Amino acid sequence: MATQHSRSAARLMMAPAVILLLGWMLVPLIMTLTFSFKKYLPLRGGDLGWVGFENYTRFVTSSAFWPSVVATLAIVGGVLVITIGFGILLAILLNQPMWGQGIVRILVIAPFFVMPTVSALVWKNMFMDPTNGLLSHLWRFFGAEPVSWLSEASMTSIVMIVSWQWLPFATLILLTAIQSLDSEQLEAAEMDGAPTFKRFLYITLPHLSRAITIVLLIQTIFLLAIFAEIFVTTGGAFGTRTLTYLIFQRVLEAQNVGLGSAGGVYAIILANIVAIFLMRIVGKNLDA
Amino acid sequence: MGQIKLNQVTKSFGDVNVIPPLDLTIEDGEFTVFVGPSGCGKSTLLRLIAGLEDISSGQIQIDGQDATNVPPAKRGLAMVFQSYALYPHMSVRKNIAFPMKMAGIDEAEQNRRIESAAKALNLTDYLDRRPGQLSGGQRQRVAIGRAIVREPAAFLFDEPLSNLDAALRVGMRLEISELHKRLKTTMIYVTHDQVEAMTMADKIVVLRAGNIEQVGSPLDLYHNPRNEFVAGFIGSPKMNLVTGAEAQKHGATTVGIRPEHIDVSTTEGTWKGRVGVAEHLGSDTFLHIHDTGLADLVTVRINGDIQVSHGDDIYLTPQLDKLHKFGADGLRIN
Repeated sequence: MATQHSRSAARLMMAPAVILLLGWMLVPLIMTLTFSFKKYLPLRGGDLGWVGFENYTRFVTSSAFWPSVVATLAIVGGVLVITIGFGILLAILLNQPMWGQGIVRILVIAPFFVMPTVSALVWKNMFMDPTNGLLSHLWRFFGAEPVSWLSEASMTSIVMIVSWQWLPFATLILLTAIQSLDSEQLEAAEMDGAPTFKRFLYITLPHLSRAITIVLLIQTIFLLAIFAEIFVTTGGAFGTRTLTYLIFQRVLEAQNVGLGSAGGVYAIILANIVAIFLMRIVGKNLDA
Repeated sequence: MGQIKLNQVTKSFGDVNVIPPLDLTIEDGEFTVFVGPSGCGKSTLLRLIAGLEDISSGQIQIDGQDATNVPPAKRGLAMVFQSYALYPHMSVRKNIAFPMKMAGIDEAEQNRRIESAAKALNLTDYLDRRPGQLSGGQRQRVAIGRAIVREPAAFLFDEPLSNLDAALRVGMRLEISELHKRLKTTMIYVTHDQVEAMTMADKIVVLRAGNIEQVGSPLDLYHNPRNEFVAGFIGSPKMNLVTGAEAQKHGATTVGIRPEHIDVSTTEGTWKGRVGVAEHLGSDTFLHIHDTGLADLVTVRINGDIQVSHGDDIYLTPQLDKLHKFGADGLRIN
């Protein structure tokens, strides 16, 4: 029984955690909002006073803004399509009884344990290097001209690297979902005359819809903020400058905190728009 | 048409031999029940017939055609699963339409069959609901509807009533029997409940460890069990099996007497015992008798009621013409 007394005691005991979390979130948010209305150039005079919405208009009218939004959405979209597509295939594969299943599962999950910076560097230097990378050796083996991945196919390369990192996550969630599918349903469909592909289409895929929704939502949240992979490979060049990266450049490379903060606020708005759209489109899957 | 014939069929999983060579013929239009204790291979046998498991050796014939290597969908059989196996993301209508959609039957015919199946199964009001919004009995009917619309050569039921509560089970039992009388299609029904077997079957197949112990009509099994196992398995309450000196007297290793074939008296009789628990069902009373020196517990079925209390002495007299005698090998002696 929750009495008046125990309820107030509970509030008192939760207070430190709540205050800490609120502070953790609110302080940076309020600071970002404050700086976004100021002309603040740390190496060129510091705080130069309030400027109203000037930072906001400058950020969106800059020629780099719209390409960066497009790049962000392209990376998020590309990675989602690849990870969910291959994730479903891998999950089905890993669900089959086979020799060495345990080891194969660990291997599939392994990329998730590698830090983003490290995996991007490994890809850059060991796979995509135009002279010594494994891929260039492969290309030469077939007599083709090696591709200098990060400059000629920069977007593809980034999507590949990030997909490689996130594939285990998608596979893992989809695998657990596939394992929870009642085998009698598949047998019933088999008796009902559905061949393998139709069983997948009509039984397995609808069963996975909720797991796919979860993968979609969680990955989108993290993919909107990818940074390390771009920082250590292209450095934002060759059309791979995402919104996150643009903000980083404004704040740290151009030393314009006010302008970067305004970009940060735009990023918050973009993330929320994407999130609302996703919730609308796929959220109904979570009700049932 | 739906005659199913098993010819020397065996099944093993690895080294474990689940079904030793087995012959069985199920005639067209027959309601056949496979009954046996858990793990006796009855479900496996049904899945072999359905084609969901491959047989290790032997042959399965459906309507005289070799169906051993025919995939399940092409055998013309419909199956109702224990968990119903409805497709949770489809409405009742789509669930029932699914096998017809897979078979490429045109829309008008699909709707006609759905309507008639829904009417027969009292599902008309529920066609647009999802399986998750239905009760157990309704789900069961949807599963049956999905099987009916395919107009199969035979229906296969895998313990379809085991997930229902007792009252619903009795109702569904009647509905399935009624359905069989109306459709006159071959049905194979797997259950571990001998009451279901007795009430529904034209022919009962009693299985133990993959072996067929006896095949026959319900009353045939009840009156002439071929061996001790069938005698003990068919009938409720169970037959009293007595070994030792009392059995020797009748020239058998074991004698069996059904609870309803024992006369009871408070003053005189062949065997003396002490009254244990009495189960009053209204129409009948089951008396459990201890200390008879025959078996741990002798069960007696009495029509109506009897005025005895726990611990009283009681005398039992078996009706000698109803005695079942079994030899040392467990087989019936006539």
